[in-house]
Amino acid sequence: MVVQIIQRAVMQGIPLLFGSTGEILTEKAGNLNLGTAGVMYVGGISGVIGAFLYEQSVEVLNPALAIIIPVLACLLGSLIMGLIYSFLTVSLRANQNVTGLALTTFGVGFGNFFGGSLIKITGLDVPSITLTRTSLCFQKSLPFASKLGWFGDVFLSYSFLAYVAVAIAIICTIYFNRTRSGLKLRAVGENPATADAAGINVEKYKYLSICLGSMIAGLGGLYYVMDYACGIWSNDAFGDRGWLAIAIVIFAIWRPNLSIVGSILFGGLFIVHNYIPGLTFASQELIKMTPYVVTIIVLIVISMLRKREFQPPESLGLSYFREDR
Amino acid sequence: MSRQAAIELKNITKTFGNIIANKDVNLTVYRGEVLSILGENGSGKTTLMNMISGIYFPDHGQIFVDGKEVMIKSPKDAFDFKIGMIHQHFKLVDVFTAAENIVLGLEEKGRYNLKKSVKEIQKICDQYGFELDLNKKIYEMSVSEKQTVEIVKVLYRGADILILDEPTAVLTPQEIKKLFSVLKNMRADGKAIVIITHKLNEVMEISDRVAVLRKGEYIGTVETAEANESILTEMMVGKKIELNIERTDVEKKEDRLVVDNISYVNHEGLKVLKNVSFTARSGEILGIAGIAGSGQRELLESIAGLRKLSDGTIVYNNPQTGKKDYLRDKTPVQIRELGIRLSFVPEDRLGMGLVGNMDIIDNMMLRSYRKGKSAFLQRKAPKDLAEKIIDDLEVVTPGATTPVRRLSGGNVQKVLVGREIAAAPTVFMAAYPVRGLDINSSYMIYNLLNNQKEKGVAVIFVGEDLDVLLQLCDRILVISSGQISGVVDARTATKEDVGLLMTKTGGENDGE
Amino acid sequence: MENKTNKVREPLFHITKRSNNAMKPAAAWGVRIAAVVVALILCGVVTVLLTGENPFKVYETMIDGAFGSERKIWALAQNTAVLLCISLAVTPAFKMKFWNIGAEGQVLMGGLATAACMILLGNKLPPILFYPVMIIASVAAGAIWGLIPAFFKAQWNTNETLFTLMMNYIAIQIVSYFCYIWSVPKGSGHIGIINSASQMGWFPKIGGQSYLCNILIVLVLTVFMFIYFKYSKHGYEISVVGESENTARYIGINVKKVILRTMLLSGAVCGIAGLILVSGTDHTITRDTAGGRGFTAIMVSWLAHFDPIYMIITSLLIAFLEKGAGQISTNFGLNDSFSEILTGIIIFFIIGSEFFINYEIKFREKEAKK
Repeated sequence: MVVQIIQRAVMQGIPLLFGSTGEILTEKAGNLNLGTAGVMYVGGISGVIGAFLYEQSVEVLNPALAIIIPVLACLLGSLIMGLIYSFLTVSLRANQNVTGLALTTFGVGFGNFFGGSLIKITGLDVPSITLTRTSLCFQKSLPFASKLGWFGDVFLSYSFLAYVAVAIAIICTIYFNRTRSGLKLRAVGENPATADAAGINVEKYKYLSICLGSMIAGLGGLYYVMDYACGIWSNDAFGDRGWLAIAIVIFAIWRPNLSIVGSILFGGLFIVHNYIPGLTFASQELIKMTPYVVTIIVLIVISMLRKREFQPPESLGLSYFREDR
Repeated sequence: MSRQAAIELKNITKTFGNIIANKDVNLTVYRGEVLSILGENGSGKTTLMNMISGIYFPDHGQIFVDGKEVMIKSPKDAFDFKIGMIHQHFKLVDVFTAAENIVLGLEEKGRYNLKKSVKEIQKICDQYGFELDLNKKIYEMSVSEKQTVEIVKVLYRGADILILDEPTAVLTPQEIKKLFSVLKNMRADGKAIVIITHKLNEVMEISDRVAVLRKGEYIGTVETAEANESILTEMMVGKKIELNIERTDVEKKEDRLVVDNISYVNHEGLKVLKNVSFTARSGEILGIAGIAGSGQRELLESIAGLRKLSDGTIVYNNPQTGKKDYLRDKTPVQIRELGIRLSFVPEDRLGMGLVGNMDIIDNMMLRSYRKGKSAFLQRKAPKDLAEKIIDDLEVVTPGATTPVRRLSGGNVQKVLVGREIAAAPTVFMAAYPVRGLDINSSYMIYNLLNNQKEKGVAVIFVGEDLDVLLQLCDRILVISSGQISGVVDARTATKEDVGLLMTKTGGENDGE
Repeated sequence: MENKTNKVREPLFHITKRSNNAMKPAAAWGVRIAAVVVALILCGVVTVLLTGENPFKVYETMIDGAFGSERKIWALAQNTAVLLCISLAVTPAFKMKFWNIGAEGQVLMGGLATAACMILLGNKLPPILFYPVMIIASVAAGAIWGLIPAFFKAQWNTNETLFTLMMNYIAIQIVSYFCYIWSVPKGSGHIGIINSASQMGWFPKIGGQSYLCNILIVLVLTVFMFIYFKYSKHGYEISVVGESENTARYIGINVKKVILRTMLLSGAVCGIAGLILVSGTDHTITRDTAGGRGFTAIMVSWLAHFDPIYMIITSLLIAFLEKGAGQISTNFGLNDSFSEILTGIIIFFIIGSEFFINYEIKFREKEAKK
């Protein structure tokens, strides 16, 4: 049963990992994107639209195309979300909180709207959006995993997107700490005036990190639909995972490698009530509260410690204008 | 010996809103020289240099580097032309180490290898004799360490045109000496060095030529060898300094405020005030002189109840009750509740004394809004006061409902000083009250201070212009690195006396 | 580097801040209205693309959805009132630059207290005692939920944006918990209409209108907040703290106290919104009772520049979009999330338009120089 819990926790955690890694990348450039929830919705639904159109257009799915088309659609959708956010907050120096919230309103609405109206709009004659065939392509895992016992189950039994998520988080960690460009990005988030004076193109870095961050977060939405929900889109099923991803950013004190652990842990907290015997429905709801409580405790502790390394990027949430005096 | 021009500026103009920061400035910097840019506070020195380093973009005019016209649109462009600027406010990322800050933004070929870079940086440090722990985080560093990082950063990037904005303001004499010897080495290397300053002795010591700016305009350039301090001063201020500030004598003086042995440790753990003692008397203007950042700000804020002292007492001799009141550890409200009328014009006018986005009436209310038991505001009295101040002090404004942020510096200051005087203080403290003000406004402020003094107010005046201090004040307290290095009688002391005290580091009090 | 020195060109444009020559208020409102108009046109285009209907028909449908009948107008007014109430609630905090995005949770906690009173005390106390208790409990619950992050902000400068955000989800889970505890029938997770027979704890109908009471409460609140901000000493202190903490300290304002007091107020008004939603509208509570209005309210407040009077307009605009787009969805068989898309588009445009009010774009002077 422990193996099963871990497996379920990982599957719950992967969308969160995509979301939190994307958000960390964005926040490292000094932008607090509260629109992540919306971005993940758009990423999910864009993938669904791509897959739906492809499934409807051919008889037999080409496995490679069945993966590539939704992934590209997802990346494109979330990229557009990232562009809207960065244009408003970076180029037009709009308030990041308000823009992010508007982005969430828009994105969640977009997801639910197309989720509910896609069939009507395309005029196709199908009862519901069920992308089981595409989902099967996404869910393929290593064939020999099941032969390796618990080791295979715990580490190798997931679909490729799960490994992509972990890989992206590790790459981001290396990028932040071991590359020149990562150093520059962190400088932009800490102190854009200094970065600017050092000859770093602040706007370019902000745009790139926000857009890449959005695309990564969008993949979280795609993973959720295609892997976790077996290709079935239902409105609002994605729930508050986008906000939970933002919570993990704090929990991981802005480090993508810690967010791997954090995401799986939070994923576990999400499902652990299913495995505790004797819980009533009511107390299950209280257990679902733990991720948020833990996040608040972390938030309070880091603010009390005042250790500089644990703080959010210093200029998080502020827009930068060079000629500001 | 033919001189090669490194940078040439032609007719550079830059405005901020209605304020002209630079107007038709022409300037040439040659290779292998140290050029000083001399000017008073607010003369446009820093703005001008910011345009060379890509922070600002000029409204008009041309910049030439090595004889070719160039566009410096960003700091990156400036680096490409090997221009490096060391800003007065350090441009460092606090959570990075020294080495990370130094390599930041540098385009190097090959893999990012901090260890290798550290070795190279160390080489530069050794070459010039900098002592620097490259793995130390910036937020753990002292001011002079941070400056060292800035200088090493520019050197590491191979800049051959260096601009230093008031580099000596935060350094000890020994550190200044070291800095100057480095600058001389670089000059010998053929680099062009620009140093922004308003200290004449440094100009004479280090530079080959001096360019003078006054209120944004270029006045001229002279060879240092052919110049002397009085010529430069004249260029800087426009006329020979005979300020003709009236100084009256008040017969009856009482000890109003007795500051005894106070010390203050700031949040970085630095002891900014060390055992400061002095007495401010009624009917007297007590000047406070010192290099910027020597603890003046902390001193005034401590008296005003804004800082928590680690040691000492502040006693107020209340003329109404005849009793002694102890001010230490009291909040501004508690001080007011004791019936002490303490007015304070802080140096950061819009950041502390006034609220920029509020209109003049609401700013008047800052001091008085608590009056009365009503939960609601009374705008009648502040409105009358605002109108009175606008009339009396000739504040140029469209009306009393204009946000103070839209007023010019001089008018902002009149509003602030007017409000503080209207509180009928017994102690009046003003930090740099004429900074950035034109001559007329400055004289108005001097007169107001004199009026206060004649009314029997104990005035404390923190100033930077020694001539003003000497002609306006009765006594001058000189502060150096958080300690009182001396008190002189302003009627008999000379500029040199005060200047010496300002740079004196009190060795005997340090060892504790 | 070479081409840079050869090609001597000024950048195409550069941006400066309008600090001294700020735009006149009339011009600024012109820009904002223009933004709304452009956004509405775009919304129309999007709708036409999705429905294939002619554009005039689309706008007609929207207006019909919002104002089409007396019942629709009442519903619109009710939605506006609730949104306005929450917007009023978040405003004091924002004026202080305290990013309270926890209105969602504060409203829910207020609503939960209302529901608790209705369920537990509804048939035990006489109305004269019951109503005050219920009102006080709701207000207190919202206020406490707002006070918790404020305390940590004042004490340790804990990031309030993230703190209040998390508090929302804790509130949602607590409400879910009680939905099971009090569910009818047991175990269903739904409370259903509370006291449907006795109508105990329901707001009274005024003139036969069940929403009028809510609307009147919010109108009174709007006037109160307007006066509070403009004419009260508290409101003045909030502005000073928001503009500059240093100035606040300089004149002796106890910044911590103001933070606590203001969030107490912010949370309390959210509690009232919860009361209105549970007692005056739904007569039940679910985890979706706040329904994202806590977030929408932030945008409403911000769009209105924190002015309660303008907030009437902005909340009406958002409520209108909701109702209008809802009608489009119904008429064309689309999902009702359509309104969120339109709301998003409009807000993007208004947010963007602020830039043109605060900054000036100076284009390159076109004189040829050789």
